[in-house]
Amino acid sequence: MACIVTGMSIGHALLGLLESGPRHGYDLKRAFDEKFGHDRPLHYGQVYSTMSRLLKNGLVEVDGVEAGDGPDRKRYAITDAGITDVARWLATPEKPEPYLQSTLYTKVVLALMTGRDASDLLDTQRAEHLRLMRILTDRKRRGDLADQLVCDHALFHLEADLRWLELTAARLDGLTKEVRG
Amino acid sequence: MMPAGPLLAADSLHKAYGPTPALDGADFSIHGGEVVAVMGPSGSGKSTLLHCLAGIVTPDSGTITYAGRELSAMNDTERSALRRSDFGFVFQFGQLVPELTCVENVALPLRLNGAGRRDAERTALAWMERLEVDDLGGKRPGEVSGGQGQRVAVARSLVTNPKVLFADEPTGALDSLNGERVMQLLTDAARSAGAAVVLVTHEARVAAYSDREIVVRDGRSRDMERVV
Amino acid sequence: MSSRLAHPDKDITTDGQGTGPGAGQGTGPAGGRAGKGTTWLQDLLMGVRFAVAGGREGWIRTALTALGVGLGVALLLATTAIPAAIDARDQRDRDRSVGEVAERKGPDAVLVKEENTQFRDLGITGRLLQAEGRDAPVPPGLTRLPGPGEIMVSPELAALLDTPEGRELLAPRFPYERVGTISEAGLIGPKELAFYAGTDAFTGGEDFVTRVTSFGDTYPSEPWDDPVLLLLVVVMFVVLLTPVAIFVATAVRFGGERRDRRLAALRLVGADAAGTRRIAAGEAAAGALLGVLAGFAFFLAVRQLADDFTVVIETRFFPSDFAVDPALALLVTLAVPCAAVLVTLFAMRGVVVEPLGVVRASKTAKRRLWWRLVLPLAGLGLLYPMIGQGEDDGEFSEWQVTGGVVLLLVGVTALLPWLVAFTVARLGGGPVSWQLAVRRLQMSSSAAARPVNGIAVAVAGAIALQTFFVSVQGDYQKDTGMDPSRAQLQVMVPRQTEASRIPGITKTISEAKGVTRVTALGDTEALADNDPEGYFSVTVGDCAALALVAKLDTCSEGDLFLLRMDHEAEEYTPEGEVKPGQKVLLNPDGSAYEPPVESVRWTVPEDAETAEARRDPTGLLRDGIIATPSALPGLVSGSYRYSAYVTLDPAVPDAREYARNAVAQADPLLYPVRLEEYRVVGRFQSVTKGLLIGSVAVMLLIGASLFVSQMEQLRERRKLLAALVAFGTRRRTLCASVLWQTAVPIALGITLATATGLALGAVLLGMVDRSVRFDWTAVGIMAGTGAGVVMVVTALSLPSLWRMMRPEGLRTE
Repeated sequence: MACIVTGMSIGHALLGLLESGPRHGYDLKRAFDEKFGHDRPLHYGQVYSTMSRLLKNGLVEVDGVEAGDGPDRKRYAITDAGITDVARWLATPEKPEPYLQSTLYTKVVLALMTGRDASDLLDTQRAEHLRLMRILTDRKRRGDLADQLVCDHALFHLEADLRWLELTAARLDGLTKEVRG
Repeated sequence: MMPAGPLLAADSLHKAYGPTPALDGADFSIHGGEVVAVMGPSGSGKSTLLHCLAGIVTPDSGTITYAGRELSAMNDTERSALRRSDFGFVFQFGQLVPELTCVENVALPLRLNGAGRRDAERTALAWMERLEVDDLGGKRPGEVSGGQGQRVAVARSLVTNPKVLFADEPTGALDSLNGERVMQLLTDAARSAGAAVVLVTHEARVAAYSDREIVVRDGRSRDMERVV
Repeated sequence: MSSRLAHPDKDITTDGQGTGPGAGQGTGPAGGRAGKGTTWLQDLLMGVRFAVAGGREGWIRTALTALGVGLGVALLLATTAIPAAIDARDQRDRDRSVGEVAERKGPDAVLVKEENTQFRDLGITGRLLQAEGRDAPVPPGLTRLPGPGEIMVSPELAALLDTPEGRELLAPRFPYERVGTISEAGLIGPKELAFYAGTDAFTGGEDFVTRVTSFGDTYPSEPWDDPVLLLLVVVMFVVLLTPVAIFVATAVRFGGERRDRRLAALRLVGADAAGTRRIAAGEAAAGALLGVLAGFAFFLAVRQLADDFTVVIETRFFPSDFAVDPALALLVTLAVPCAAVLVTLFAMRGVVVEPLGVVRASKTAKRRLWWRLVLPLAGLGLLYPMIGQGEDDGEFSEWQVTGGVVLLLVGVTALLPWLVAFTVARLGGGPVSWQLAVRRLQMSSSAAARPVNGIAVAVAGAIALQTFFVSVQGDYQKDTGMDPSRAQLQVMVPRQTEASRIPGITKTISEAKGVTRVTALGDTEALADNDPEGYFSVTVGDCAALALVAKLDTCSEGDLFLLRMDHEAEEYTPEGEVKPGQKVLLNPDGSAYEPPVESVRWTVPEDAETAEARRDPTGLLRDGIIATPSALPGLVSGSYRYSAYVTLDPAVPDAREYARNAVAQADPLLYPVRLEEYRVVGRFQSVTKGLLIGSVAVMLLIGASLFVSQMEQLRERRKLLAALVAFGTRRRTLCASVLWQTAVPIALGITLATATGLALGAVLLGMVDRSVRFDWTAVGIMAGTGAGVVMVVTALSLPSLWRMMRPEGLRTE
């Protein structure tokens, strides 16, 4: 299985983790691995480079530096711009594509951790999925057999996403307890 | 595509069966010719919403307006008459009368509206042709496949040229291929007849045949078009 | 948590393996033994357990079966107890009738005069007793003989005498002191009006008085010696019991569909096909056994009410008269559950219970007509040779009659399914409700025909017997030849009464309220002296009295007429026409009278006129001589036997009762007789009445089973009904459809039954050699009752139909 949190979303994940309070870089890595890393932990270098980018963009600030060398001595805190960025990210549906669960999962967990309404997120995502599915369905209706087969493939994958979403929505209560507890 | 006002609209519907609320302030609207999917987990109240909209069940509170008429103010006889003349229905199963032949089943709504047997069955056969089941006319529902039976049911729901077609999990008992086929024929037929479709389903692939969807959760509805 | 998310398929796998129905726990033992197979007993017992402990559904089903079977069994016991009950009544009647008589006075004799009377339309059985010695026999039901001036009455008569009407209209007839009641042993039935009164007015040897030395008819009884009555009773049994059997068979199938589904669940956990059949059999047997017990309970409960409601017979039955034959009870107890098992196995013949559901043999064998015709034709074949044999008290072969009638009636049940299938297959057109009903019947015509079969047999039988009855009732409703328009009461006067008292007696009677006229005629005999065989009658009375027996133009005291009789009349004899101047001997047998009188020689006057005879109010056509008293030589008292003819004022209510009271007061030895045009033989009437009541009861019974199957069908179709309502079906359409569904098979059943009944009636009449006359009223009553049952069943089904039609039926997912 590919690393489940990639690219831009690592930054959002780390930002989200900071929402609950300032942390050291090392703490951040540990928290990330625990919640999202699963079988593939984050390299410390990834944390360092991501935090540098976030600092540069003004989404985080350095809250304090402890004695000693190295970047791991820095304590980071989220800025107001950072909080807005997380909110925007959570509210923006992901482009429907296969193996999206990782991102969606991250979003759901973060939403719950930060006390946001996860079912809104799911509904929004479903609407986005359905938008694409309508287009595919429409194409399928006009197209030939090959088009139909291709579209069906995509449709079934999208449906699987949505099913997972529905199931997650149904399990939100349990998840909330686990994530917050 | 959207005419001035909605054809059928509901405002803050409440309905409880015993102590458990099935609808808890649900809204809904649909325009003529529109296909709207009603989605949501089972037990969320989507079937109850459909029953209220169709005048089968009267809500405890809230208003339902159909073509400028207050549905909740009508008595049972008036609502029955409205269902016969303006609405069509497709359910998941158990809707075809097992003793009647397929063509008689399709003709049934026309006959209930007072049409003669011969005329009714001629019209019925035309609709069955459209849904590609005209060769089943003389068979009884027990002798045809699930997909065929459901297409017969769709033909029956459209035979009176309804303004609104209510479909409650119309493909729920069918496999993918038959489900797709039924949905395709249903939406094609409804669109060409100009009928609005209220489509209750929990399947995304089925909902993808709609123009937009409404999500019902814990008895409350959410119009996703306004959200996005 | 994370591991669950990472390997989501783990759960699914276990889920897939564990797909077991929740019912699994309860049926573990069956599954566990599947390898070896279960024993017969285990399967049967499991079925029994389902019957009594199958939750609410199973319990309701068992209760319905038990109720149905119970009603059937109770009816069966009641019907079969009737002959015994009638025998018991007959036996008591025989026990109290006169046994041995004696010529001479003795210490062991009692003088008995039958003193039967009537109160309005109620018959009262009574006797006037006078003991001649200490050893006089006591009739059953009494502890001692009533002394002079004492009376012992039945409880019912006691009650009647205590009513205001009884006191005014009846009590004056009994100027006695009430000293006791007659016990059960002395009464035919609990409602019998009876009395024994004591007197000292008898001398012995009077007319109407018998000297009795013992009570109790010692001749062996032949209660059903009339072949026509016997035939009637045999047919009645068949008619009433066949539907009961059919009903029991139907009741055993109650709830069959649900049972089939449960059996399918058992198959899923490993019961084999034969095992499921045994389980079903055990379940049916348990229901039937409970039904038998319920039946005995119903029967005993109803028996207690026997004296209240057996209106068929006026005097009613004592509850103890309905004795259950132990052999029959044993037979019922064993046979009904066995039959239940057989019916169940037979019903499951076309059903294959698979683990995942029930498969019905989709195409039932095409109904063939020929073998269905064999039964009724065989029945007719058995009956036909007996046509004409019933006359002259010819003997019927009981078995042949029973067999023929049973085959004919059971033939109806074989023909009906075919007829229903044949007819509904050809029905069409009409409104939606009609279409729904007809199509339903086409799909399952045998289910529709089954309950109706019971009605058909009852109706066919009832119509047959009713047809039979109207044609033979002439025999039983005898034309008495009386003419109640001229006189309504004849009062017979014993010969021993002093002739001089006659005017006093007539005067006393004529003074009673409502009496318009009393005339008295005296009769005796004479013999032409040239012909030892030439007896003729001599009648004496005033002119008004003579006008009762002859057409007289003029008449005055001292006249005498020779009667001229129509030669075509049945009574005509040449000796009866007396010539003027004929020498005759009056009272030729006077020496044999009690007390003896002398014969008197006399010559008929030469100038005697003739007059044409007419029937007197009792229907008697006299011959010989009629004369005013002074035209005949004075004969001693005791020569004439007098009768007074009483004419009543129809405007006075209860005039007859006042007259009877006056008669009793004038002289207790007088014997009043009511004059009426017709008299119906009581037993015959009760048989037909009983049959009518029985068939109505059977119809109600069948109605009950129709209702149950209707309810079952509605429950099965809950979802469909809700869907139909959703797309705007009117309630009345569905109601009408339910109505048609019941009405069509019943209409067909009654039509076929009427045809069969009329045919059977015609054959039965042929057997007793009577011309056929159909009783359309009975046909009307039966058709009407059938229609009533349809309406009632439909009406009772409507509340459930209403409930099923609520949109909640749609919410099942």
